[in-house]
Amino acid sequence: MSSTTPRIPTRSAVRPAAGRDPDRKRTRLSPGRVLAWVVMIVILAITLFPFYWMLRTALSSNSALYANSQSLLPVDLSWGGFERVFGLQSTEEAIAQGGSGASIDFWRYLLNSVAVATGITACQVFFSAMAAYAFSRLRWAGRNQVFSVFLLSLMVPQIFTLLPNFLLIRELGLIDTLVGIMLPSLFMTPFAIFFLRQFFMNVSTEVEEAALIDGASKVRVFFVLIIPLSVGPIATISILTYITAWNDYFWPLMVSYTDESRVLTVALGNFNEQTPQTGPDWAGLMAATLVAALPMLLLFMAFAKRVVSSIGFSGIK
Amino acid sequence: MSDSPATATVAPARSSAAPRRRRRDDRRLALIFLLPATIGLVVFYFWPLVRGIALSFTSWDILTPAQFIGLENYARMVADPVFWNAVRVTLLYVIINIGIQTVVALIIAVLMQRLSQSTLLRSLVLAPYLVSNVVAALVFFWILDFQLGIGNQLLAWLGLDRIGFFTSEAWVIPTIALINVWRHMGYTALLIFAGLQTIPHSVYEAAKVDGASEVRTFFSVTVPLLRPILGLVLIISVIGSFQVFDTVAVTTNGGPVDASRVLQLYIYDNAFAQFDFGYASALSVALLLVLVAVTFVQYRITRAGQTDLD
Repeated sequence: MSSTTPRIPTRSAVRPAAGRDPDRKRTRLSPGRVLAWVVMIVILAITLFPFYWMLRTALSSNSALYANSQSLLPVDLSWGGFERVFGLQSTEEAIAQGGSGASIDFWRYLLNSVAVATGITACQVFFSAMAAYAFSRLRWAGRNQVFSVFLLSLMVPQIFTLLPNFLLIRELGLIDTLVGIMLPSLFMTPFAIFFLRQFFMNVSTEVEEAALIDGASKVRVFFVLIIPLSVGPIATISILTYITAWNDYFWPLMVSYTDESRVLTVALGNFNEQTPQTGPDWAGLMAATLVAALPMLLLFMAFAKRVVSSIGFSGIK
Repeated sequence: MSDSPATATVAPARSSAAPRRRRRDDRRLALIFLLPATIGLVVFYFWPLVRGIALSFTSWDILTPAQFIGLENYARMVADPVFWNAVRVTLLYVIINIGIQTVVALIIAVLMQRLSQSTLLRSLVLAPYLVSNVVAALVFFWILDFQLGIGNQLLAWLGLDRIGFFTSEAWVIPTIALINVWRHMGYTALLIFAGLQTIPHSVYEAAKVDGASEVRTFFSVTVPLLRPILGLVLIISVIGSFQVFDTVAVTTNGGPVDASRVLQLYIYDNAFAQFDFGYASALSVALLLVLVAVTFVQYRITRAGQTDLD
C-alpha cells in the first residue's frame, strides 16, 4: 500500500516529460546540437579521408598523378598500381609506369603475414586461455600471488625486451625464420590472460559442478564447457591479437633479412625505399598499402560489433 | 602450503577428505595449464629484463665476447649530445601526441555519448586503429608530400605557404605526432566512452535540475567523475607513445639532421647499425627508468586507482 502511493506522483511526473515531444524536438535542433554534429562530421571526415585517398591514388596512373595532383577523383583511371603490387607487370612496363622495376614477391609476403599472424593468434590465445582457466577455475595455493606476478609483466615495456629477445632468437638460430618472428609472442600475453580470466570467472559454477558430478574431469570441463561458453570473448581477443600481430613492424624488421621471412609491413617499408629515379611510385605504393590494410579492415567489418563493445571492457577493467 | 591450516579452520570437518583430494588434483593440473604461459613469461619477459640490465654494463659487438665495463656506457650516455637530443625530441613528441590525442578523444567520446551510440559510428572512428603504423605513415607521407600532396595543395588553395612537413626541423615532430593522433584517437575515444557509460545518469539529471549548462556539466560533473579512467587511459597511451618508432623509421629515419631521432630509433641504430649492443642496452635501461618514473608520477597525480563514484 505504502509503496504504491509514491508511485503515482512519479508516474504523473513522467507523463508530461514524455508528452514534451515538441520541446525535445527543439533540443534536437538546438544550435549546440547542430554544432556538435558538424564537429562530429568533421572528425569523421578527417578519420576516413586517408582511406579514400589511398584508393583514389591507387586507382590513378602514376604519370598522370604528377600532372594533375589536385583532382579528388582518380586521375587517368588505371589498375597499374595494383598490377605492380601483385607482380603482374613486366619490368619494362612497370618502369614505364613509374615503378621501381624491383621485383616484389607480394604473395610471398602476404603468405608470411598470414602464417605469422595465424600462428601467433592460435597459440597465444589457446595458451593464454589455459592460464586464464588455471587462474579463474582451479583452486590452488598461491594462485593470486602468481597471478600478480603475471600482471606485473604488463609493466615491462616492449622496447626493453626486444634487444635481449633478438639475441636469444639469434642464439637459437632462428634469425630470418617465421618461427623466430612468432616465438616471443607465442606463449601468452599478460593482457590476454587477464582479459579471458575476467570472462571465465563469470561462467556459472552450477553447470561446472553438474559436469563434475557426472564424472567429467577438470580438463574436460575446460574443453567442453568453458571454451564453448566463452566463444564471444575468445573471438574478440583473437581478432585483437590478429590485428596486432599483422601490424607489427619493429620486431619482424629486426628478425627478418630476406624474402624467406619478410612480412607485409616490412615489405611495405622496403617498397617505399625502392624509389625510382623519376620520383616515388605513389600509385603503386598506395595500392600496396591498401592491399596490406584490407584484410584487417574486412576482418574487423565482420566482427565490428563485438570488438567495439568489448574494447571498453578490456581497457577499463 | 600456507592455506592448509586456514582451510582446516574455515572448512569444518564435514567431508574433509573429498575436497582435499580435489584441491591437490587442481594443483597438479594448474601446473600443467600454466606451463606454456610460464615459459613465455620467464623466457620472453623476465630473462630479457635481467639480461638487458646486465648487458648495459658491458661492451659488446656480438662478434667478440662481452666485456664488463661497469658504468662506462652510462657515463658515455650522460655526455652524449645525441642522446639528450633524442630525449628532448621524444618528450616533445609525447607531449604533442598525448596532449592533442587526449583532448580530441575526449571530444569524440562525449559527442558519441550525447549524439549517437551507434555501433557504426564507433566502428568508423576505430578504422585508423586497424591499419599498421607503416600504412598510416606512408599514407600521410603521400598526403603531406611537398609538391603533390593534397595537404600542401590545400594550403596553396588557401593562399598559404607550402610546408615541408617531413623536411623542416620545426615541423617534423609535430607532423609525426599528429599522424599517430589520427591512428589512435578512435581507440582512446572508445576507452573514454566506456568510462562515460559508467557515470550514472542520475548525476546528469541532478545537474540539469540545478540548471547547469552543457559546458558547465562537462567540466564540473563529467571530467571529475571521469578522472580515474582518464588517468588510466593517459598512463596507457603515454607508455605507448614513448615507444614511437615505426612512423619515424618509415618516413624520415631520424632526419632532417637529428630532428626526429627519437630514443627508440637511436637504440635501434646503435644496436643494428653500429652493433654496439652494450650501449643500446644502456639506452633502453634509461628509457625503462623514464617510463617507470613517468608512470609513477602520473599514477600519483591522476590518482588513477581511486574513484569518486562510491
